Amino acid sequence: MKNKSLVSIVDFSKTDYLKILSTAAEFEKNSYQNLLNGKVIATLFFEPSTRTRLSFESAINRLGGRVIGFTDSSSSSVTKGETLYDTIRVISNYSELIVMRHPLEGSARYASEITQLPVINAGDGANQHPTQTLLDLYSIQKTQGKLNNLNIVMVGDLKYGRTVHSLLMALSEFDANFYFISPDELKMPDEYKLHLEKTGLSYHESRDLDDTINEADIIYMTRVQKERFSDPIEYEKTRNAYVLKNDMLKGTRNNTKVLHPLPRVNEIDIGVDMNPKAYYFEQTENGVYVRQAIISLILGLKS
Amino acid sequence: MKDKLLEVSAIKDGTVIDHIPADSLFKVISILRLEKNDGMITFGTNLESKKLGKKAIIKLSGIFFKDKDINRIALIAPEAKLNIIRNYNVIEKKVVEVPDEINGIAKCVNPVCITNHEKIPTKFIVVDKRDIALRCIYCEKITDKEHIEII
Ligand SMILES: [Zn+2]
Repeated sequence: MKNKSLVSIVDFSKTDYLKILSTAAEFEKNSYQNLLNGKVIATLFFEPSTRTRLSFESAINRLGGRVIGFTDSSSSSVTKGETLYDTIRVISNYSELIVMRHPLEGSARYASEITQLPVINAGDGANQHPTQTLLDLYSIQKTQGKLNNLNIVMVGDLKYGRTVHSLLMALSEFDANFYFISPDELKMPDEYKLHLEKTGLSYHESRDLDDTINEADIIYMTRVQKERFSDPIEYEKTRNAYVLKNDMLKGTRNNTKVLHPLPRVNEIDIGVDMNPKAYYFEQTENGVYVRQAIISLILGLKS
Repeated sequence: MKDKLLEVSAIKDGTVIDHIPADSLFKVISILRLEKNDGMITFGTNLESKKLGKKAIIKLSGIFFKDKDINRIALIAPEAKLNIIRNYNVIEKKVVEVPDEINGIAKCVNPVCITNHEKIPTKFIVVDKRDIALRCIYCEKITDKEHIEII
């Protein structure tokens, strides 16, 4: 992994995933390790994402590193019309590693071609957000004690939700059984189903969460956004069908955990928050350890 | 016997591009930038073809192509065949091959792809050679044959 960019989840292998997870577990036990020892890391947020940026910056600070960068493009030279090419070339002279988020898809791949430094993609539009996927994997392994042969129920917007697509790709290395619960308009795209068929994995599709919720080891919730529907009436009809309420968890397995990439709008009722099966806030904490692991492995500070 | 190649008109030296789908003829002309060429060019279109239904043929007098340039038409005329003519004889036949990668020819269909916002040569992996589907190496979206726009 040393010096390798992490742009897309498929850039890394199953072995890499497992290495990141075991390293993250070390950081969870002992998060403050001065491995960066004052080294400078750039966090370039061409669009704001406070949650992701703070998670990265917390990870860097715990490793004893320093952060330079910007929090949205209005506070940088990008507003003066500077190209991404120029920005990356310049920042490359100032840091050891670039963490970037950008609204345009493919921007992180492009940046990784421009610079000699490793690039970590913190989200390129609706395309990829691989550190989210790795923290999801970590959360799943931590709560289930394993990654193999789990029943994964994905709920909501499975068509546009990049987190579910990347998670599906990663979990397909671990023989997962998938359940896709979504309105007709937001079904899992064929290319991902085809990938599962080729891999020899099973999946089930349904419009109704009640059908499968009791089989779930992991319930992965996503936001269903109104603007994704071509027919607003269809949205009104279906919006409540994809809201998780506390009583729906009654018959679920003891090990069931509810995950969500956050921020949520209303798809998980706040009544669920106190349920021990709710795991979405712990999930964000795991993000810091996973990002510490990724940064230190890519910079060769852990092996 | 009537030679199909002669349906338009015979050339002494040059290239005949056959088996172009009739509806792609003008795209092929534009991709090969034939409008800027001052050699004698004749074409026929809506000719009958068992394989393609309606096909087109282009005959280019005194014009020869590099493989790299001919690859450009593979995107829209994957079945095209080239006959290299010397002294009225076909001395070489070439098929147009869809390459594994397409660089700098097609435009990515995704409006929010970085390649549509900065000056970057596009790069695609050909994921379907028969029906032509290209995966952008940047945004990872598929551009299919219907949506291919040649740069
Ligand atoms: Zn693209």
